[in-house]
Amino acid sequence: MSHHSDLIATDINAYLEQHERKELLRFITCGSVDDGKSTLIGRLLYDSKMIYEDQLAKIEKDSITHGTTGGQFDPALLTDGLKAEREQGITIDVAYRYFSTAKRKFIIADTPGHVQYTRNMATGASTADLAIILIDARHGVLEQTRRHSFIVSLLGIKHILVAINKMDLVDFSEEIYDKIRDDYHGFASRLDIPDLHFIPIAALHGDNVVDPSPRMPWYVGSTLMSFLENVYIGSDRNFEDLRFPVQYVIRPNLDYRGFAGTITSGIIRQGEDVIVLPSKRQSKVKRIVTMDGDVEEAFTPMSVTVVLEDEVDVSRGDMLVRPGNIPKTEQNFEAMVVWMHDQPMIPGKQYLFKQTTKSISGNISTLRYQIDVNTLHRAPSPGLKLNEIGRCRISLAETMIMDGYRNNRATGSFIIIDRISNATLGAGMILDRKTSEDREDHWEVEPGSSSLTPSLSKVSEDERRVRFGQSPVTILFTGLPGAGKSTLAYALERELFEAGRAATVLDGENIRLGLSRDLGFGDEERSENLRRTAEVAKLMNHAGLICILALVAPREETRRKAQELLGADQFFVIHLDAPQSVCQRRNQVAGENKAEIAEFPTQYEPPQTPDLRLDTEKQSVAECLAQVFEFLEQRQII
Amino acid sequence: MTRYHLTHLKQLEAESIHIIREVASEFSNPVMLYSIGKDSACMLWLALKAFYPAKPPFPLLHVDTTWKFQAMYEHRSEMADRFGLDLIRFVNEEGLQQNIDPFKFSGKHTTVMKTEGLKMALNKYKFDAAFGGARRDEEKSRAKERVFSFRDEHHRWDPKNQRPELWSLYNTRVNPGESIRVFPLSNWTELDVWQYIHLENIPLVPLYFAAPRPVVHRNGIWIMVDDERMKLRPGEVVEEKMVRFRTLGCYPLTGAVESEATTLPQIIQEMLLAKTSERQGRLIDNDEEGSMEEKKREGYF
Repeated sequence: MSHHSDLIATDINAYLEQHERKELLRFITCGSVDDGKSTLIGRLLYDSKMIYEDQLAKIEKDSITHGTTGGQFDPALLTDGLKAEREQGITIDVAYRYFSTAKRKFIIADTPGHVQYTRNMATGASTADLAIILIDARHGVLEQTRRHSFIVSLLGIKHILVAINKMDLVDFSEEIYDKIRDDYHGFASRLDIPDLHFIPIAALHGDNVVDPSPRMPWYVGSTLMSFLENVYIGSDRNFEDLRFPVQYVIRPNLDYRGFAGTITSGIIRQGEDVIVLPSKRQSKVKRIVTMDGDVEEAFTPMSVTVVLEDEVDVSRGDMLVRPGNIPKTEQNFEAMVVWMHDQPMIPGKQYLFKQTTKSISGNISTLRYQIDVNTLHRAPSPGLKLNEIGRCRISLAETMIMDGYRNNRATGSFIIIDRISNATLGAGMILDRKTSEDREDHWEVEPGSSSLTPSLSKVSEDERRVRFGQSPVTILFTGLPGAGKSTLAYALERELFEAGRAATVLDGENIRLGLSRDLGFGDEERSENLRRTAEVAKLMNHAGLICILALVAPREETRRKAQELLGADQFFVIHLDAPQSVCQRRNQVAGENKAEIAEFPTQYEPPQTPDLRLDTEKQSVAECLAQVFEFLEQRQII
Repeated sequence: MTRYHLTHLKQLEAESIHIIREVASEFSNPVMLYSIGKDSACMLWLALKAFYPAKPPFPLLHVDTTWKFQAMYEHRSEMADRFGLDLIRFVNEEGLQQNIDPFKFSGKHTTVMKTEGLKMALNKYKFDAAFGGARRDEEKSRAKERVFSFRDEHHRWDPKNQRPELWSLYNTRVNPGESIRVFPLSNWTELDVWQYIHLENIPLVPLYFAAPRPVVHRNGIWIMVDDERMKLRPGEVVEEKMVRFRTLGCYPLTGAVESEATTLPQIIQEMLLAKTSERQGRLIDNDEEGSMEEKKREGYF
């Protein structure tokens, strides 16, 4: 039943000794029925002698009734499972297959490649060390190839083997192989694939599957089986960061409290200091208990029981970590979410989020964008449907102890569960802010430390008001690039100065040269830019100054957040209104503001209820200024 | 290879222990199905490891068809005594009264005494999770089954509507009446189980080892004469042969194989050189194509 080995018959004890030391490799196969995926798996099972004669006899019988090879032995029939699926001639769920060679035991997650089965592929990829992506040599890189590659890289698989199949149908052409390989490299450079390989095969006939193919002498690399046996996966495990989520507390008697769990990453040693999260209590590892006896150290992915020196309170959902290497503890975070249920994801709806050994209720507060698995394009979307993937902001009712998924699969992943039906709705991978390519805003982010308290000035607001003869307020000039915001802001500052008032301009471009030099012009980055500017304005207002902001500030919601930050009676929105065509022409004529021309916002939401609206197409600067002055006097600001 | 390297068996062991602990943590009334065979022995061993030095915090359930081998009943008692386990024996009393002869009606006997019996036991004790020793490599329809396999209030499995299962994050939530079948050995193969039993020295029913036993040749297989309920048919003679069993079930339905294998390495050797799969010895599977899948939909383990 296993692979061939003479040792089985001659020296079974030697054989067993050899096999007790085997390593486990899990891989996923991606491709559709047409790519010959089932054929390849059948071939691997068949060639590694994993098929019994009774099973084989059944398949030979099936090859005549169900096979696609005209009655000839069809290895694909070894792998397809359920009756209904067999009748349809397709596999529609993740199926797991097992085989072993002298070096390794293999678990194959066999997933279908159809567009609607992103869900299954993500499931299979979640536990895999390696992915085989099948390409039909006749068709080359297709949309589905891109889809499979994206999902595999999203799920953090480090090793990808592209098997270019059906080489027999293209006359074993090296040229065709080279072209497909180059095409694949072309788009794969956009993905995160640390280790990429290519092998030309003909699965139906076994070329380059187990034995090198004499029909492709130009190919000098390893065969598919030899690659699977030898690819180095030892460095894929994280032995750096100790994470021990407590799963169960073992209490056989009053004197013993053992914390049982699986070490999801790192190494734990007897006598070493540990910290219990979230309580942050510190202790030492007294014993590491197993039924085979205590051990001095244990490492991922072992399941052990830890006894601590001190009587600290620890329960399921807590995590043991090492001082100086502590994961994040967050209530709000960003994640890539794969939706897996017919019932669509709705931002704001309450779900359960299960991560490590803890389930926490919460919601997806924002769907930042949906990502098209075929083109990788990002687009705004109201929600996610079955098999759709999006970047989300998650808000939980309590904190989660987590790492970014790229660094730590086990502490960076979660599933989403429906609170009523208990169905598994989706799966998420936590994004690490430091490595995240996208910026984000920080309106709701808590300060870095909870022990911070504001200090009070010895100079009161009223004293400043009397000295400067003005109410310190913030005025936002919002409008499209070219609407005249900076021009009007500086003119106003000059006029106020002439009138003996104290005012200052915070101009978008100046802010971006310094304080916000790390920000670009995406929606979220514009939002963060306004937040920072508003925080500076708040400090200026405290100092008694009138603050004039010249910013595009295209979103109503962001402007509202700025108003909340500064206070409704201290923040005024003045809309500089001019048609887009006029603004664009002005920008072109000026020719100076290249950045802003390039960064014209995709969408500008005019304020619904501005405190003042100025038509900068029809009115001159002086006319506008007069209106602003009138407004400030009316409001008794000056 | 570094010192921080786990063999495949140790990795499988760690994963299974994780699964067993997860069930003990998240379900209010779990149970471990115990059929006395080698897979049950392996699963029970893993449960003992998972909670050491405490005992597993759930009972074992044996759905007894009353037709098991005598040696199996003896082994069951030994294990329960040795490890101080809480063992529930359940017999479908209604089925017993129907007095279905397994020699004549093998399929019906299994359905009533085993499948129906299991459902009755689960209903009676209101278990919300039940461990089973099934493996994905056993049979094609099992290849797609989840580790945590959801069953509705009628114990039905819907292969088209399974919960996606990612990483080692198991969705353990059920509503009242619903339950989960949990398969901690999902990713083990037959060879893995045997090898682990060998390495760990796990106690087994002696029937797995070859010994001289009284057998009768019937329907192409060797049936052991285990008690007086087995009546000889015309022309049949009881022979003493050196035989063993690759799989254990009800003795009238389980075929013996001629063998000289008296040690575990010899058993493994025999298995590796064998040309037929282990379920071949069971009468129940060979009826029709996809038969196991149909049984599973109805609630067979």
